Amino acid sequence: MIIVAFVSFSLFNFVGDPVNSMTGEDASDERRAEVREVLGLNDPVYVQFTRFVGNIVQGNFGISYQLKREVSDLIGERLPATLELVFVSALLAIITGVILGVYTGIHRESFVSNVILVVSLAGVSLPTFIIGIMLIYLFSVILGVLPSFGRGEVTDLGFWTTGFLTISGLKALILPSITLSLFQMTYVIRLVRAEMMEILQTDYIKFARARGIKNHIINYKHALKNGLIPVITITGINIGTLIAFSIITETVFQWPGMGSLFINAVYFVDIPIMSAYMIMVAFIFVMINFIVDITYYFIDPRIRLKEETN
Amino acid sequence: MIVKTFNKIYDTDIGYSFFNSKIAIISSSIFFIIFLCSLFAGIVAPYNPFDPASVSLMDAFTPPIWSDGGSVSFFLGTDQQGRDMFSTMIYGSRISLIVGFSSIIFAMILGVFLGVTSGYIGGRYEIIIMRITDVQLTIPTILMALLVDGIARGIISRSMHDEMAIYVLIFAIGISEWPQFARVTRASTLVEKNKEYVSASRIIGLSNIIIMFKHILPNILRPILVIATIGLALAIITESTLSFLGVGVPPTTPSLGTLIRFGNNFLFSGEWWITFFPAIFLVVLALSINLLGDWMRDALNPKLKKR
Repeated sequence: MIIVAFVSFSLFNFVGDPVNSMTGEDASDERRAEVREVLGLNDPVYVQFTRFVGNIVQGNFGISYQLKREVSDLIGERLPATLELVFVSALLAIITGVILGVYTGIHRESFVSNVILVVSLAGVSLPTFIIGIMLIYLFSVILGVLPSFGRGEVTDLGFWTTGFLTISGLKALILPSITLSLFQMTYVIRLVRAEMMEILQTDYIKFARARGIKNHIINYKHALKNGLIPVITITGINIGTLIAFSIITETVFQWPGMGSLFINAVYFVDIPIMSAYMIMVAFIFVMINFIVDITYYFIDPRIRLKEETN
Repeated sequence: MIVKTFNKIYDTDIGYSFFNSKIAIISSSIFFIIFLCSLFAGIVAPYNPFDPASVSLMDAFTPPIWSDGGSVSFFLGTDQQGRDMFSTMIYGSRISLIVGFSSIIFAMILGVFLGVTSGYIGGRYEIIIMRITDVQLTIPTILMALLVDGIARGIISRSMHDEMAIYVLIFAIGISEWPQFARVTRASTLVEKNKEYVSASRIIGLSNIIIMFKHILPNILRPILVIATIGLALAIITESTLSFLGVGVPPTTPSLGTLIRFGNNFLFSGEWWITFFPAIFLVVLALSINLLGDWMRDALNPKLKKR
């Protein structure tokens, strides 16, 4: 985290001249000096860095050069949209992925399994934005049933705007979340399938079979439970990927989230937004790793037992 | 002579596996056709889309040959500026391939160098390098490339940026893909390091640099080649994604991603071919390289060889 903070601080400091981009090329020298003083650019580097870190801890990321607004306000506005999108697609990816993965793991040779696997291979090779464009063309242009951009109507809950409560909001969510989850889903399918195939060969499953336990109980209660541990790890790591890929999805669907904010920042060299985004993403990564570790503890009794015997 | 060489290639393990795999033959021929087309774009493409003299706005939005209003001279239709889609795609794939190849070569040189040295030297140096790769591997490629691109935009002045864009892009993609190489190379170097030939060359007094790059490196080329092939597909996809997002190559020299981005604006008015053909082209290109990589991974892995 500190490294990320330092890198983004150096970005702030050494990349481009913020005074230039804020005042414009033809501003007078006095005006420049004034802006410089307000931004605190005349202080020594270590003072600036301490202030920078202090501000971040308080949730103050500075002022956007391009939009001339507080970055924290901008992020507060955009964050719910991205988190909702990522949440829905992660859910979609896990649920569909696990169901299809279990199915292909159990019915290994069936026709349907092969179809699922071939489609999932295509899912890996197709770039996200092409999937998005194709879905838009199919559902918005040809069929005209789903909106192709924006979030629809959103309900304002004060600090959080949500699209879950209105029909148009939910409709707007469908295409972007499918686009975003498809890549993820293929991973989960393959992983669950491999796990299931391995676990179904183990002795305890054979024993359970010998005891005459019904097939679906073995499959879902005994086998799947053990197969889920790596799935949680991968999903945890991949939520970071989802956030990164939401940049693409948000651009395709003009979704007003963090990703489109970031891409605009890259485009206009808006350093405060870029560094704030970097810090946010790093923070989310660290949090996810932490949560994944904790979930292990609850899911895998072996880890708990080891701790207790120690 | 040619027959003889061919037989020689056919007799090798890899050659045999290649000519007995339908997927390998099909995907590699697709890839080489695309590669040759883009290499000789000036000859293959019926028009030069960057020559204003050959472009007429009157021809804009001509649909493909088989739909109503299609013209014989533009068999895949034209885009908003009246450029022939087929020619623009060929030229676009040239940019995509150039960026893809250069960035993967850049990543390979950097990654292999750091991988071999860290595996061979070990110690604190190795720990630092491996920690960096660990951290970088958790950051998705596309995010890393975007960040590098963004920073570069800040450093390079706007007027210079369009000229520099392609180098920035190569650097950004290369820098985000090198950890893969470093990892694999280090792992293989660790295995090779303890073999007798390395001890022998050390005893006869060869310098470490010669041992690393002349003796160890040739022995670990296979896994590197596999990573490079799969990485090439990823690099091409990353390039087109960045161009699609509008932070890649400048619009004056459109790559496949840029073409898709332009076409995307016309999707709603019914001109689907402007975005559809480059998209299909990109998918076919990426898929063929991916399949080739898959085959190569199996063929070069002695453990998987069928007896």
